[in-house]
Amino acid sequence: MRVHPIIAALKLHKAGVVLIVLQIALTLAIISNAVFIVAQRIDRVNRVTGVDEADLFRLSTLFVGAPLGDDKASLDKLDALQLSDVNTLRHVPDVALVSASNAMPLQGGLWVGGVGIKPNQKTPTSTFTYYYGDEQMLPTLGVHLIAGRNFNAGEVIHHTINDTTMAPVSIVSKHLADKLYPKGDALGKTAFIDNKPSTIIGIVETLETSNSGHMTWAYDTVMQPVRLSGAMANYAVRAKPGRLSDAMRAARAALFAANPMRVMASTWGVLSMSDLRDKAYRGDRGMAILMITVCVILLGVTAAGIVGLTSFWVGQRRRQIGVRRALGARRVDILRYFQIENLFIASAGVVLGVLLALGLSLWLMSHYEMPRLPTLYLLVGVAMLLLIGQLAVFVPARRASLVPPVEATRAA
Amino acid sequence: MFAYYLELALRSLKRSPGLTVLMVLAIGFGVAASMTTYSVFRAVSGDPIPWKSSKLFVPQIDMWGPTGRGPDGEPPDALDYADAMTMMRDHRAKLQSAIYAVAPSVIPAIKGGSPVNVSGYGVYSEFFPLVDAPFLYGSSWSVDADTRRAAVVVINSGLNEQLFGGRNSVGKIIDIEGKDYRVVGVLNHWNPQPIFFDVHDSGGFGGDGPDLFLPFETGIAVGMPNAGSQNCDAMPTSSGFTGLQQSSCTWISYLAELDDAAAVSRYRSYLDGYTDAQQAAGRFTWPKNNRLRDVPAFMDFEQVVPDDTRVSLLVALGLLVVCLVNTVGLLLAKFLRRSGEIGVRRALGAPRRAIYAQFLIEAGMVGAAGGVLGLGLTGIGVASVGLVLPPYLAALAKVDLPLLALTLVLAIVATLLAGLYPTFRASRVQPAWQLKSN
Repeated sequence: MRVHPIIAALKLHKAGVVLIVLQIALTLAIISNAVFIVAQRIDRVNRVTGVDEADLFRLSTLFVGAPLGDDKASLDKLDALQLSDVNTLRHVPDVALVSASNAMPLQGGLWVGGVGIKPNQKTPTSTFTYYYGDEQMLPTLGVHLIAGRNFNAGEVIHHTINDTTMAPVSIVSKHLADKLYPKGDALGKTAFIDNKPSTIIGIVETLETSNSGHMTWAYDTVMQPVRLSGAMANYAVRAKPGRLSDAMRAARAALFAANPMRVMASTWGVLSMSDLRDKAYRGDRGMAILMITVCVILLGVTAAGIVGLTSFWVGQRRRQIGVRRALGARRVDILRYFQIENLFIASAGVVLGVLLALGLSLWLMSHYEMPRLPTLYLLVGVAMLLLIGQLAVFVPARRASLVPPVEATRAA
Repeated sequence: MFAYYLELALRSLKRSPGLTVLMVLAIGFGVAASMTTYSVFRAVSGDPIPWKSSKLFVPQIDMWGPTGRGPDGEPPDALDYADAMTMMRDHRAKLQSAIYAVAPSVIPAIKGGSPVNVSGYGVYSEFFPLVDAPFLYGSSWSVDADTRRAAVVVINSGLNEQLFGGRNSVGKIIDIEGKDYRVVGVLNHWNPQPIFFDVHDSGGFGGDGPDLFLPFETGIAVGMPNAGSQNCDAMPTSSGFTGLQQSSCTWISYLAELDDAAAVSRYRSYLDGYTDAQQAAGRFTWPKNNRLRDVPAFMDFEQVVPDDTRVSLLVALGLLVVCLVNTVGLLLAKFLRRSGEIGVRRALGAPRRAIYAQFLIEAGMVGAAGGVLGLGLTGIGVASVGLVLPPYLAALAKVDLPLLALTLVLAIVATLLAGLYPTFRASRVQPAWQLKSN
């Protein structure tokens, strides 16, 4: 088929062609960037935490009238409150493991420090997050220890969050260990944590910070054998397999039965890992849903626009189509004519669209900390729009191909 | 003529129902997507105290020096205890208050009532006139109570409801962390969002509003610890809440009311003078790097409006533009299909103006129909933002009369704009040519 007549015919209805080109271009620009946003969010939601999430939950409680913890007697009193809670929880039938631990992945809120390998290092090698907890923290969270050993009960100390005492031993995540000692010999070495020495006695495979994010130190964590004393106490609890909801209910009831002078609201007091996951990623999930919705509407609107305008053109050209048919053009020739015409228009649209998409991506990068739009997303977007164009044009093109040759003899 | 054109438009729209439905759907979806995302944007970008936000200022001091600054070179967004206290003592603004977050437990007077965890702030008496907090009963405590570290408290209506059944509780006593406080005032459902007086803790949003306020120095004296965030450049040298007060960690918000440009510039030079003095004393070894932003500028600096909200609004507006381009195309097709009819009207003496009126009314009808559909879809959209947004943001997005009116107006105006070019083309139809070819 010769393309010259198609192009010549396009010139006769410039406005319609320009409008479709524009619509396809804008659609491509928006959906390629929107799909990229969706992909980023999916990546984020799929980040691993490093803990064994099934059957794990977190308890937070506020002791009413708790002492300040500024002197030793009141510190010991705070610790006693916590130890008594841990003991209570240990006796709940559906509970397998309990640890007094301040941090859990996805909980939001974190205690951050700087770590280096030399004393008085000016700029720390990395930022990291503290995981404070007793010797049960590692097994309760289900973090995988790949070198060294866990803390033992004798190493566990207790102090308030503002205390400056440094635990003499630490367990670090592999990600952080490799940053500090790139040769892989971190075990047994000293890390200077907030400029105080602590020996690395163990390395865990993966442990995400307690506030999911895309910082460079998102997997740099230091576990220390400390029960944090304060009016607020947090516990990590592992239920017996499959007994999560029973354990959560029973644990709360048991704590209140043992000591009612506490606040433990349902909104933050008892949260399973999946509750935490839902809370942490709701915004990301929402953004993905919104972007997908917009993409679907956009593609629908664009397809509808193509159907509408092509139908109009077919209606306008019934007589010409009849003439062509009378002169020997087959039905398939007429069908192809409209399909190729659409391909031309759509191609012009995607060329303009690629430019717009890149422009939009640059603008998003400069304003909203977005990475550059990968070429793959552009290519997928281009393919999708060309395909949508062909699908949309098929119905009116088929109707055109059904115009009988006798139409040539009728008045327009 | 208007009624006649309406009838013509209705007939024309009925003649090609498919095309009409397409246009109405496109406008409806485009407008609804824009308005739904706008409702969220409007909620989070709102000015919580529009009548005076440009007079409220947040001072920032670079107490950490170059090592503690972010990559943007900005000083911390809150103050440490020593600086905040000096600024309170110097008292250079018309009204000012240091602010810190507390979360004590309140024990209800009813027997067997279990303690409730409340949120609140330690503030100075000037805080209430500073932020124009509305009192339902009573008033702020006196300046004297600030210095005496009196055990007084201002509670919000929510807590008043919970503890006193909503009655005037001024003069009543409540038990906070085992200590008796006398209620001096009850606020009337005060819950500004964004929480402009405590952006550094809250990030801007959340909660049902603070439950109570007590004198700043009373909070310090009884050792009611900071419940907000704290940031440290160096670890405190001693432990506990006292250690925090002696450290250079930042945990105190600060607001100052400065009524005119002269007052602002005086305050600026006061801050500069203060940091110069600190430099002379050897505490700061770096050039001064102070900021004095008004509340809107400070919220902008703290990026209170989430990026996601802006990007969503942008994408939705993009969708609306595509829908409009689509409508231009479909209207063009629709109008030019009736070239014959236009030719007849023109030949019978209708001026171009009449053609404009006829077709713009038709476009307007499509817009109105799209707007009505858009209203419904916006309603559904706003109701379901809870599925896609964190609850504290979703709760802020509301359907109200201005939003509905805007939806309708946007739909009609946008469609009229989209109809301009097709109408222009229709008005250019040559009557003679049309009549001949028919």
